[in-house]
Amino acid sequence: MQIGLSTSPLANSRWYEYVIRFVLGGAVTVFTGMISSEFGAAVGGLFLALPAIFCASATLIERHEIRRKREAGGEGARRGRGAAALDATGAALGSVAMIAFAVVLLVTTSWGAAAAFACASLAWVVMAVAMWVLRWIVKREIRRARARR
Amino acid sequence: MSEYLIRFLLGGLFVSLFSIIGDIVRPKSFAGLFGAAPSVALATLGIAWAEHGASYVGVQATAMIWGAIALACYSIVVCQLLMRAQLGALAATLVAMPVWLLVAFEFHAVAG
Repeated sequence: MQIGLSTSPLANSRWYEYVIRFVLGGAVTVFTGMISSEFGAAVGGLFLALPAIFCASATLIERHEIRRKREAGGEGARRGRGAAALDATGAALGSVAMIAFAVVLLVTTSWGAAAAFACASLAWVVMAVAMWVLRWIVKREIRRARARR
Repeated sequence: MSEYLIRFLLGGLFVSLFSIIGDIVRPKSFAGLFGAAPSVALATLGIAWAEHGASYVGVQATAMIWGAIALACYSIVVCQLLMRAQLGALAATLVAMPVWLLVAFEFHAVAG
């Protein structure tokens, strides 16, 4: 279990994929603002966790994997689905971290904007890593239990 | 109009930043966490704080908790659609969207 960095996916990405993400991110943020103006802060708040960007990122990940597999001579659809499913698993864990972000922000609003956002962001990072490590431990224990049988 | 332009630029910037981080971190299961990063929330709530103050942000943060619970349910359904129903990523993420809407608005209706 090692968390690392690899810049090779950046080289595999096409320029328009970055444009799509930027435009989609901007559009979702504008949309959320419009929902808040039209239907109030509470309904607008729901849309802060709208999975619109996840749709784009999962689709791009699937395409990358299919492209990579086809360049190696394979078909790639199954591998693409597997990569997107792994991304979805990560998003499920990340959403628990998002809950931590929202709870900490809620609790620290009296501290001022900078402190509240800093604490909430830190809570997101800590919870995201904790969830990922927990998943890794659970998977390891399941593997060990199966091996013992 | 300028407010929406600022929203668009900030939202695009935060989402792109988290997407790039998600691209370069390994392993892939860890990178997936960035699919649920609070990128739109950081942009939106930052502007909301400047415009409406802390209490407005508190209301939005409360609602965001229900949205995030819905996102967890949605992500699990997407995973199942990909692996069991063997749908493609675009189809799976779109087909599962009613799950997010249903769970988010149900929590909103019950918990407020």
